[in-house]
Amino acid sequence: MTDAAISVDAFQAHGAEEHHHDADHKPAFFARWFMSTNHKDIGTLYLIFAIIAGIIGGAISGLMRAELADPGIQYLPYWANALSHFVGQGDVNANGASHMWNVLITAHGLIMVFFMVMPAMIGGFGNWFVPIMIGAPDMAFPRMNNISFWLLIPSFVLLLGSGFVSGGSGLGAGNGWVLYAPLSTYGSPGPAVDMAILSLHLAGASSILGAINFITTIFNMRAPGMTLHKMPLFVWSVLVTAFLLLLALPVLAAAITMLLTDRHFGTTFYDPAGGGDPILYQHLFWFFGHPEVYIMILPGFGMISQIVSTFSRKPVFGYLGMAYAMVAIGVVGFIVWAHHMFTSGLNENVKIYFTAATMVIAVPTGIKIFSWIATMWGGSLSFEVPMVWALGFIFMFTVGGVTGVVLANGGIDQYTHDTYYVVAHFHYVLSLGAVFSLFAGFYYWFPKMSGRMLNAPLGYLHFWVFFVGVNILFLPMHFLGLQAMPRRVPDYTDAYTYWNHIESVYGYTIMAFGMVFFFVNVAYSLIAGPKAPANPWGEGATTLEWTLPSPPPYHQFETLPKID
Amino acid sequence: MEVIQRKLTVLLAVFALGTALAPSYAEAPSNVAATAAVAAPAATNVAAPAAPAVAKPVEGMGQPVAGAYGIQPQVTDNGHFAEQMHNWLLMPLITAISVFVLGLLLWVMARYRRSANPVPSKNAHNTLIEVIWTGLPVLILAAVFIPSFQLLRAQYAKVGANALTVKVTGNQWYWTYKYPDNGDFEVVSNMLSDEQAKAAGEPRLLGVDNRLVVPVGTPIKIITTSADVIHSFVVPAFWTKMDAVPGRLNETSFKANQVGVYYGQCSALCGARHAYMPIVVDVVPQAVFNQWVLAHGGKLKGAAVTAAATIAKN
Repeated sequence: MTDAAISVDAFQAHGAEEHHHDADHKPAFFARWFMSTNHKDIGTLYLIFAIIAGIIGGAISGLMRAELADPGIQYLPYWANALSHFVGQGDVNANGASHMWNVLITAHGLIMVFFMVMPAMIGGFGNWFVPIMIGAPDMAFPRMNNISFWLLIPSFVLLLGSGFVSGGSGLGAGNGWVLYAPLSTYGSPGPAVDMAILSLHLAGASSILGAINFITTIFNMRAPGMTLHKMPLFVWSVLVTAFLLLLALPVLAAAITMLLTDRHFGTTFYDPAGGGDPILYQHLFWFFGHPEVYIMILPGFGMISQIVSTFSRKPVFGYLGMAYAMVAIGVVGFIVWAHHMFTSGLNENVKIYFTAATMVIAVPTGIKIFSWIATMWGGSLSFEVPMVWALGFIFMFTVGGVTGVVLANGGIDQYTHDTYYVVAHFHYVLSLGAVFSLFAGFYYWFPKMSGRMLNAPLGYLHFWVFFVGVNILFLPMHFLGLQAMPRRVPDYTDAYTYWNHIESVYGYTIMAFGMVFFFVNVAYSLIAGPKAPANPWGEGATTLEWTLPSPPPYHQFETLPKID
Repeated sequence: MEVIQRKLTVLLAVFALGTALAPSYAEAPSNVAATAAVAAPAATNVAAPAAPAVAKPVEGMGQPVAGAYGIQPQVTDNGHFAEQMHNWLLMPLITAISVFVLGLLLWVMARYRRSANPVPSKNAHNTLIEVIWTGLPVLILAAVFIPSFQLLRAQYAKVGANALTVKVTGNQWYWTYKYPDNGDFEVVSNMLSDEQAKAAGEPRLLGVDNRLVVPVGTPIKIITTSADVIHSFVVPAFWTKMDAVPGRLNETSFKANQVGVYYGQCSALCGARHAYMPIVVDVVPQAVFNQWVLAHGGKLKGAAVTAAATIAKN
């Protein structure tokens, strides 16, 4: 409908004086935002969605840190009672209160993975900048792009709604984000888990459609001269990510469909009583789950490459090595999944293989870290806000990466598995890796997307306060893990109090305080920020988006650019 | 074990890392043996099988320590090996890599800041350096894989015929321990409430009413399974962790070299009371174990019968 309206206008404009300005003709509000076929508008929707989901997911982690600030159960009964009264039920018992904890950790994980990081990176920045960076007017399938976004809304509603219906010992799905059978089958009666599963089905369908769209766009819609080996590394990263999505998500869909049929239709895929096996679910889940962690970080790698190159005023060092390192990470990422299952009873040879294969991933990852540093080597560095976030990313991702090498050893993992060491590891690569790259990308592209400059002092304040906060929050988790504190517990023996208290009272609070600067900055800059020039970052910013005005016209590249 | 440790030391020399750190990891609690001796009951009352006195936990042994940041002290050979590999090889290695990357970053930031280097070089290739930073990590990882491989082999080593088998079953939310070698009697192990734990001098959330009791110095074959959902049997001081999966029998083993009380917690999310199903292993001298078995209506197996007979005669 929108398309039709626009094309009629376009045809009518033929021969008229504003012929060349039609590119900026926008449909009315409802048609523009609810029936959008424009990659930039859909990208904006994704970013707004991700920010809202991030606030919810971050608030849930605040509840978790409040409960963990001291030994004993502090708040869970109150929260569980409040929720229970809200849906018209009575007070919960002790199990209901503990169940509330499991609901919180499940929601935090699923929201941050499926509704914050993925929509922001792929749907948000991917949609906005992949077509522009390859010199295309839009995505290959604009309507499919729209349905990809709008599938996320019912998906998110289903997940949030699952908190208000029974999930076994209390309200909500409390199985952890991995939904391991049989806790998620006969272990959790009630509709909450079904809603969570359907939520994942929708989010998965959304991502698969998005992946098809990106692959088609990148393979078919590059401007003349934009060969694969000339594509910006961010485009490479989204291309590899799209293949991972396309190959991994159907496996998740199959795995959780079997959960559903086990729950309701009498199948026994994961139930030993009927010849099934709970470990089958773990294999299927992690065949998806491990590529998923690369899905969450590869676009970040791409963004960091663009930013480091821009502010070093140098092309990326070892471009081909960087591109194929991502391909290698993507390929190897599919054959290391069982390192998530080292304690599930795998046999010796399987564990030896997965130990070795997992270690291999450190090699292409190392190539990326060293290439970023080599890009800066000999450069002319300026430390604008996006660059500061990128530098923070490189160091923090290294710290998270090397603890991954520790965990890769199957024999060592026998101690650290399911302890806070693992929680520390994946928050260093995600909360300090993926999230830092998101902020770097946001500060980098905000002027382009909004046409307004962000306030730099507030950006630096955001960085430093957030940086200090997350490190106080997550570094001591290594110590707790080495002291063998298990994850997913709302209460702990008194010896674990010291670090937990520091994490909650100082770490989380400082981190949350840092976020205030971000929101103030965005609100202030959208209203009163200085107008952004086409290229605010200078000669180092060489990709195509900086050749367009800020914000870009509603339709760019009606005449395709030629790349030499 | 000796051989493995020697190889590990050689590796350390290769890396030239961590030697300075060595003394700080060498401390081990010395008062454990003495405590155990006190805990061992007089053997005179065995004729009428009474349960042996319950051993008291030792501060800093077999349980977490407030504010600590390292691995819990290990009391098995495999645990020692793994702890050394972590403390002397992996820890120094990852610290060195992180510090190296941080140093490079800071140096590049200072040396190539715009005011110091206004004209950027256009050099974006150097095949030699790319080969080096691909090849060197491969060599380092290969070197790490050697002890890693040895550790895995050691963890899967077959236990001898003298091993004692204990069948561990996870339930929502408690553990049951069965002793098939000793007449297949069963022990049900529930967490103590906060008040009970305080009264018994046990750490909160870790103490249980009935412990898993095993003899010191004997290989213990643990068979785990579950009656409902997946649980995980964990004793950090033994470097032991094995999921208890319904419909499966998973096997692992340990040989504790020190008597004492060792605490662990279920480590696979198993529902509402996941945080409240601790594991307590009481490692006791063989004679005390025999007494404990008899007190639970069990039978002594093979050689142990003779030992018990000797005790009974006294």
